[in-house]
Order: sequence, then structure tokens, then C-alpha cells
Amino acid sequence: MAQLQKSCAIIFKKHTIMARRPFPEINSASMADIAFMLLIFFLVATTMDSDKGIFRVLPPYIDKPIQDEPIKVLDKNLFVVLINKDDRLMVEKKPMHPDDLRKACKDFLTNMNNDEADKIYPEYNVETIEGIGNVKVTKGIVSIQNDRGTSYDKYIEIQNEIVAAYNEVKDEYSKQYFRKPFKDLNEDQQKAIKALIPQRISEAEPKNIGGK
Amino acid sequence: MAKFRKDGKKVAPGISTASLPDIVFMLLFFFMVTTTMRESTLLVKKPKLPKATELTKLEKKSLVSSIYVSTPSIDLQAVFGTQPVVQLNESIEDISKIARFVQLEREARNPNDRDFLTMNLKVDSKTKMGIISDIKMELRKANALKLNYSALPKANKR
Repeated sequence: MAQLQKSCAIIFKKHTIMARRPFPEINSASMADIAFMLLIFFLVATTMDSDKGIFRVLPPYIDKPIQDEPIKVLDKNLFVVLINKDDRLMVEKKPMHPDDLRKACKDFLTNMNNDEADKIYPEYNVETIEGIGNVKVTKGIVSIQNDRGTSYDKYIEIQNEIVAAYNEVKDEYSKQYFRKPFKDLNEDQQKAIKALIPQRISEAEPKNIGGK
Repeated sequence: MAKFRKDGKKVAPGISTASLPDIVFMLLFFFMVTTTMRESTLLVKKPKLPKATELTKLEKKSLVSSIYVSTPSIDLQAVFGTQPVVQLNESIEDISKIARFVQLEREARNPNDRDFLTMNLKVDSKTKMGIISDIKMELRKANALKLNYSALPKANKR
């Protein structure tokens, strides 16, 4: 009996020793290789460029324009920007340098009067906007027309200048009514400002004067 | 004297590479976070995007389909010429195929999201507007009205 107990103890002892033996360390030398492999996979399979750009909503396609009542827009309510095939700019029937476009466009958007004699600045509607009150909202529309030969680069530059003009006007109105830049306003306030200066950009079908 | 005798057999201690995996993982995570998955292989030359300041970021990547417009890559110029062409998905297509492309892209999306599908135009800045106008017309006919002119950020002039 004592012998059995002794042998049991030995076995038990053996087991505890085995459990306490230090665990063999896994060699981590190949870890770097695995990580490198993953790294190279991601470098090859991915691209850096983020999707940013100028967002635009196109007008819906109308098969046959209904010409019962053609929409008449007063000449003075239109800010006409023409770009020809040589990427030259004509704004309101006068040639203009692209650098001056933003200022001219802002000027057009912020000035308004309902005077019949005035031929430069657009008319306005008095509208009630929640959060601001009764305000004058311009009827001005920016019209861009390009040639088929205009370069895409110039087209985007002009689009950018006009959007920039709108954004600057929005910012000015935000500071005037809410004492904060537009991006810091809450959703309702942004909505109010957007109603105050609606972004109306019209794009006519391009002409084909310069050829393809 | 023996004290100063050089051992001769002494070797420089090896540099521990234990931190190498950590460094590589750090790089790996950096690239995983900053990059996006490549959507398709380009058959046209990589468009040199125009630069602009008033950019908006496209929010939902899954609701964006890209249309590339650029000159064909050099080995394809024998087939497609040197004029700018349109690449839809994995192939260079005629402009008239855009309507079909839009339809397929729409069908691939969740029915609730179909109206929010945005077309991302990645156009080389040297392209003439003629082809862009044709694409816009096709998109209007296909009723894909949300459009993004892909551009790169530029430092503001002022």
C-alpha cells in the first residue's frame, strides 16, 4: 500500500514538473515576412486618391421640349458666361480674365433691385425664411455655355470659380445673420442660408463653332 | 599584457529584429487606413485630374460609379486611336453604351439606394468638352442625374 502511494506520488510529481516546464517560445522571425507580404498586397491592391470633386445635379432629359409657354428670363436676371474653343471667357458680353470672374459673379449675386431702369443687376423676390425673416432673395441665374472645343480644365476652373462665388456669398450671409461661418452652422441654419441664396447654375447645350 | 590581447574571435552582437514586425505592421495599418481598393484596371492613361478649390467629398463609396475619359493607353492606341475614349468598368466602350452601363450599375445596388447613385467623372484635364457634353446628354437620357466632376484639391489663391 505504501509502495503504491509512493509510486503515485512520483507520477503526480512528474506531472507537476511537466506542467511547470517553461513553454517553448514560438519563433517570431517569420512574423516580419508575413507582415511584409500583407503590406505589399495592400500597396498593390489599393490606390491613394480620394474621391473629391465638384458635385452637380443634371437637369432631367426632356424628349421634346414643350414650347407652349417658353420660360422667359429677363436679360438682367441672367449672368451669362461664355467659354469659346480657345478657352477665352466672355462674361455679360465683355471679355474677362478668369481671375476676375469670382468677384464679378459675387457682385451679381449680392446686388439686386426691382428698378425697371436698371439693366445690370437682377430682380428679387421678398420671401419669408424660417430663422431669418423677410428677406430679399435674388432671382439671378448664372448661365454657363461652352463650346465643344473648350478644354475640360478650363471648364472645371470656371465651374469652380462660380461655386466659389456662391460659397463666399453664403459665408457672408451666414456671418451677417448668424455670426458664424457657413460650415459651423447647424442644419436648419444652413438650410435657411441655402434658401436665401439658391444655387442656380444653368448650362446650355454647347455650341459647335470651333469643331471637335 | 594578456589583458590587452585582442580576442580575435569576438563577433559583433547581432541587431535584434524583434521590433521589425511591429514596424512593418505599423506601415501596413497606415496604408490600410489611407488607401482605397482599386476598382478596375485602367485601359486608358491615368487621367490627370483638373484642380479645384471648392470640392465636396463623395460620402458613400458604394453608391459611386466611375466613368473614365482619357486617351487609350499606349499599347491600345493601335486599336482605339489617340483621341480620348470612355472606359466603363473593365472595357473601353462607345458613348452610346452609357445608358446600359447606368442600368447595370443601378441593378447592382440595393433598390432603396438606386436613386442616390452618383456618377463620378474622372476626366483628363486636356480632354475637349465635346465628349463630356455627349456623356452628360447620355446620362440625362439614362436619368442618372447626380454627377461628380472628380478633381484634385488646389491651394486657395488668396
